[in-house]
Amino acid sequence: MERKFIEYDFGRVDSERMRLNVGPQHPSTHGVLRLEIELEGEIVTDVIPHIGYLHRCFEKYCEQMQYPQVIPYIDRLDYIASMNNEWPFVMGVEKMMNIQVPERVEYIRVIFAELNRIANHQIAVATFGMDAGAFTPFLYLFRDREMILNLFEHTSGARLLYNYFWVGGLAHDVPPNFKDTALNIIKTVRATNEEVMRLLMGNKIFVERTVKVGILPADVAINFACSGPVLRGSGVEWDLRKAQPYSIYDRFDFNVCVGSNEIGVIGDSWNRNIVRMNEMEQSCRIIEQAIAQMPNEGDVREKFPKKVRPPKGEIYCSAENPKGELGFYLVADGGNKPFRLKSRPTSFVNLAVLPEICKGYMVADLILILGSIDIVLGEVDR
Amino acid sequence: MLVQEIYDNLKEKFPEAVLEFIGTATGDPSTVVDAGQIYNICKYLRDQDGLEFDYLALLSGMDYKDKFGTVYHLYSLKYKHRFVIKTYLPKEDPSLPSVERIWKTANWHEREAYDMFGIKFENHPNMIRILCPYDWEGYPLRKDYVGQETYHGVRIPV
Amino acid sequence: MGFLNRLDDPFNAEGIILGKVEDLLNWGRARSDWYLSFGLACCAIEFMAVNASHFDLMRFGCIPRPSPRQADFIIISGTVTMKMAERIITLYEQMAEPKYVLSMGSCANSGGPYWEHGYHVLKGIDRVIPVDVYVPGCPPKPEAFLDGIVKLQKKINQQAIFKKRAKLAEEEKIIVND
Ligand code: SF4
Repeated sequence: MERKFIEYDFGRVDSERMRLNVGPQHPSTHGVLRLEIELEGEIVTDVIPHIGYLHRCFEKYCEQMQYPQVIPYIDRLDYIASMNNEWPFVMGVEKMMNIQVPERVEYIRVIFAELNRIANHQIAVATFGMDAGAFTPFLYLFRDREMILNLFEHTSGARLLYNYFWVGGLAHDVPPNFKDTALNIIKTVRATNEEVMRLLMGNKIFVERTVKVGILPADVAINFACSGPVLRGSGVEWDLRKAQPYSIYDRFDFNVCVGSNEIGVIGDSWNRNIVRMNEMEQSCRIIEQAIAQMPNEGDVREKFPKKVRPPKGEIYCSAENPKGELGFYLVADGGNKPFRLKSRPTSFVNLAVLPEICKGYMVADLILILGSIDIVLGEVDR
Repeated sequence: MLVQEIYDNLKEKFPEAVLEFIGTATGDPSTVVDAGQIYNICKYLRDQDGLEFDYLALLSGMDYKDKFGTVYHLYSLKYKHRFVIKTYLPKEDPSLPSVERIWKTANWHEREAYDMFGIKFENHPNMIRILCPYDWEGYPLRKDYVGQETYHGVRIPV
Repeated sequence: MGFLNRLDDPFNAEGIILGKVEDLLNWGRARSDWYLSFGLACCAIEFMAVNASHFDLMRFGCIPRPSPRQADFIIISGTVTMKMAERIITLYEQMAEPKYVLSMGSCANSGGPYWEHGYHVLKGIDRVIPVDVYVPGCPPKPEAFLDGIVKLQKKINQQAIFKKRAKLAEEEKIIVND
């Protein structure tokens, strides 16, 4: 340890250089992430993330499992947004096998994916608030999330890991009161969001702590291939639902939310979070439109293939997950198991930018910056 | 731009290094290039006007049983086109230049490819394992991988 | 239920009751279980839901502690990998006696879905530390988890702590002050 004096605008500080270890068991790393931090007094000078504490051999498993059996493992990647996870894989296999799924299935998929996006953003905002010391929004948002999970449970039988999107259709049809329940959820979500906006996002303390913290410029974000709210918080209008519309997203009217200079500067932690808040509202809009347009009749299982056996070839299929772009690079050799399935893990890619944006901030801000990136360790480590 | 046009453009610029165009009936077409030239080709793809692939979506290592390989999935946010590049590497001591200086995101992807397949990337600033422990033996995603019996005294197999 | 049941039938007036100190201690210990807040994988999300408003874990007297030295029991909520196993052993060893382990989810019980080809997954946390309560499920429903907590409390209630202390002192595992 060397002693030295640093000049700040508020005076001279006697500081020591040291290395600090945060994690893998730490309440605010959102899982089993380990950060090796180099400090100068209380200023972060370097961060080295050590990952892999949850490496569950996903890609090895995919090579051993038949296509339908892979879906449950995909659920366990980003376990907060399982519905969204399954989609790109299922879509990729369908494209290779040339299956046109029925209209009704597409609509149900959109509705569930958007509901799950809301649930994911609720967790993201709640835990981010908790990192900053706000406990009440956590309780409010988790209360509402329970409603969404109940609907998922009624439909698919599971609360967290659904195995619901299957190749060619869906595992089950939706329950009879599905539309009313979904509309009801939207109403509650909107009401709570308004509350959270006032309680958390507009809160003076919260604003002071997150504004101008962890600024990520747009060109750096693109160079690091960030996606989702992290990229959009930096002001880049890139949303796969709009940029290369998959499924039926071109039928809906919604906006791509980006960060702004309104409060704080583009690309700071606050902006990344407000993008999530605004996206919940856009998801609500999509769900409303989808429910209005959705056909009432139809068999969700009619296009199930007898055998899931894509022809030889390869495809990269991606979709806009709550956290960003999740893609699967599928190489098929004509058999009933994938030759190779490589995922493009959103959180893994987004986390790589952390050392870049937290240099020069206080160590307490580092936790907030990490929270604002919104990672899930299951996806980082796979 | 269409994939075919990008390929023609690239072939004109690097007649030696661009080897093959694989178009399949299903899925994405891809271009095979010489592994030694990957850095120059990627730099050209990023900086050339009209191409501007500024977004490396995915870098994957591959084991094709008789050879290794890497696959690069590129986007251009401006023109919204995509391109897929592949390289093939020998079974013995696979290595190729790193593209970390072009797209920073390649840093972790390349470390992962090294961790899983043992593919070495030259000029990479930090070529160490990323997911498995630093003292792990073998490269798990190779097709002929046999798992460890014990790790630090704890039995692994069932 | 040990101590509290005797309150129903106190010795006539004046509220004198007879009971064992052990019961009193166990009653106190079982109802103020502090756990090490520690999340591993998908099960940890369900565990967070148990903590939040709908299921409200705190009504069982369970309060999260960030440090293992203040915790009574540890919840292994999720997949344990080889890289993590050593850290879990360290955490477990840092906890003060008496300590308990609650294994949540198939992964922690036996390796769960990663049982067969998981080259980097520990097939059951009981290979490295002793487990008191197993909660099955992938992930367990919050109700199942709460049932696990109740099971743990029952176990604590029935423990003969003084006998155990005497035995440990004999073996010179702990030093009993006189
Ligand atoms: S038991 Fe299931 S839910 Fe729990 S950690 Fe394992 S895979 Fe995830």
